[in-house]
Amino acid sequence: MTRYIFRRLLQAIPLLFVISLVLFVLMQNMGDPIATMGGRNVTRSADRERLKRQLGLDKPIIVQYLYWLVGNDWTKTDLDGDGVAETPGVRRGVLRGDFGLSLVNKKPVTQVIGERLPNTLLLMLTAEAFILIFALLIGIYSALRQYSTFDNIITTVTFLFYSMPVFFFALVAMYIFAVNFKKWGLPYLPTVGMFEPTAGKTPLQVAWHMVLPTATLSFGFIAGYSRYIRSAMLEALGQDYVRTAKAKGLPRPEIVYIHALKNAALPIVTIIALDLPFLLGGAIVTERIFGWPGMGRLFLDHVSRGDTPVVMGILMMIAVAAVIFQLIADILYAWLDPRIRYT
Amino acid sequence: MNRRQVILDLKDLRTRFHIAEGTVYAVNGVSLTLHECETIAIVGESGCGKSVTMLSVMGLIPVPPGEIVSGQAFYRNRDLLALSEAEMEHIRGKEIAMVFQDPMTALNPVLTIGRQISEPLRVHLNMDRAAAQQRVIELLEQVGIPDPKNRMNDYPHQFSGGMRQRAMLAMALACAPSVLIADEPTTALDVTIQAQIVELVTRLRDALCMAVIWITHDLGVVAGLAERVIVMYAGMVVEEANVDDLYDDPRHPYTLSLLAALPRIDRRRDRRLKSIPGAPPNLLVAPHGCPFAPRCEFAFDRCRIETPPLLPVAIEHRARCWYDVVNGRPFE
Repeated sequence: MTRYIFRRLLQAIPLLFVISLVLFVLMQNMGDPIATMGGRNVTRSADRERLKRQLGLDKPIIVQYLYWLVGNDWTKTDLDGDGVAETPGVRRGVLRGDFGLSLVNKKPVTQVIGERLPNTLLLMLTAEAFILIFALLIGIYSALRQYSTFDNIITTVTFLFYSMPVFFFALVAMYIFAVNFKKWGLPYLPTVGMFEPTAGKTPLQVAWHMVLPTATLSFGFIAGYSRYIRSAMLEALGQDYVRTAKAKGLPRPEIVYIHALKNAALPIVTIIALDLPFLLGGAIVTERIFGWPGMGRLFLDHVSRGDTPVVMGILMMIAVAAVIFQLIADILYAWLDPRIRYT
Repeated sequence: MNRRQVILDLKDLRTRFHIAEGTVYAVNGVSLTLHECETIAIVGESGCGKSVTMLSVMGLIPVPPGEIVSGQAFYRNRDLLALSEAEMEHIRGKEIAMVFQDPMTALNPVLTIGRQISEPLRVHLNMDRAAAQQRVIELLEQVGIPDPKNRMNDYPHQFSGGMRQRAMLAMALACAPSVLIADEPTTALDVTIQAQIVELVTRLRDALCMAVIWITHDLGVVAGLAERVIVMYAGMVVEEANVDDLYDDPRHPYTLSLLAALPRIDRRRDRRLKSIPGAPPNLLVAPHGCPFAPRCEFAFDRCRIETPPLLPVAIEHRARCWYDVVNGRPFE
């Protein structure tokens, strides 16, 4: 098993190189970072040239990628445009842990991401916990009562929620729980930020501010996952080994939660492992709507300004997470299903 | 012969399935009795209702689409069909155990053999882990699994087909049930393994004084195993007799055809085996007349109109037929 994990990690290295190259090339089409730098003022063309040289944007794309990957401290750059390369580079490259500086605010990428990642993790882990608990409850319950009134209602509601756009749900939720609750004199939910500036960042404040974003993030996933869980459970419950378990006189909970669920868990684990890395990347729409200072908003703000270092940092983090979660899923498989063995 | 106590008494069981295409009349009035320590075989071709009959008794028919329309199943004078689900949980696995056809799918692939065998011990006999483990080893030894101490930690896919069926047997025997229902336990196995399993069940039955209901479509397996044979067709019992009588003196045309289709070592080899013409009946149509009439070479007008009752034709021998195959003319 250790050998298998080691081999899988080794295999991931070339994959990550290819991913990073493709993403880097694609990033060049996201717009000119210099165009947005002057704000409302038009940047003079001489300044544009200088900025381009300073940021290394005058180099061919493959050289830019190389600098991003391994740094440029081994070479000298021509900063003043006189044709003589005299200034030694300071970048150390991603391979040595230097993700560069943000083109927007000159802060190190790791610091920019580091400020936002905990906020996103807080929101995402809470949402994921809600998703799993409710999806399992709803999925198993409606599988056990297939075609009952409850099951039919849940089926309708899940399809409605599953097909509803996130922004629409968010706005409806805001309209009901913030706007109208306030109007009716009920305790209403906040719609923006992590806390009231006047109240300070207390756990209660943050939890209160998380209600709507968490609900917005969860509803679609709960709807989707509960369908998967329902069908996986229905399939498992129809198998011969469930009949055997029943023929042994086992109590119903043991049949459902051990004999059936352990078999049904396999396809569910696949789907969840595939979705998890994207939760790390934050929810662009939800964070934007609720003004949540997380990765999704960070991504949106920086991708619109062509901030290659920050965007690459976020995307590579997601890529690495995808590789790791996939590996975790495969290890979970082996644990859940003894027929699967890795060598 | 049958002075032993009746342990299972099935009366006029009728089971139907309501599916999209209509109603399947799977079991149409089956009655049978099983005595203590007795082995009976239920024989019939696929889809004749033999498995559904026993699954109905065990309460293992999925409802819906299944429905037990009428009937009683007395086990030691308690009607199993009237018991609640909670009461049935104490019967299943403890009083009446069941072995299924395909041990690959009937065993849970993600739980160890040992765990699956120990479950009934824990649930019915309240054994703790250590005691259950000890008993599992004994059981596996009893059914002839070598090195049970290590093999109990294996998963079903690590067992061969024959070993899986032995493990299934160990599981069924865990609580020393009074009745064992074996639903085609040898169908999925090689012929040599089949013989081993039959031999094993015979030995355990004698050792534990267990009543056995052996469901099969293989008349060859039945001969050395059962005391009485029940032949089913289209969800009905068409003939019931002691095993020797059935082979030597079959009274129902269907049984005759079945035996003619069976290769026998004591018959001339150059004789062709006879297949039964026609197809098994469509169970979507409510039974009327004798269900075998369309395929029967002796059928006459009455057979198509009136369903014959199960009539005694000899000592401990009953058949459901209007035609006297011995004398070659209709009864009466």
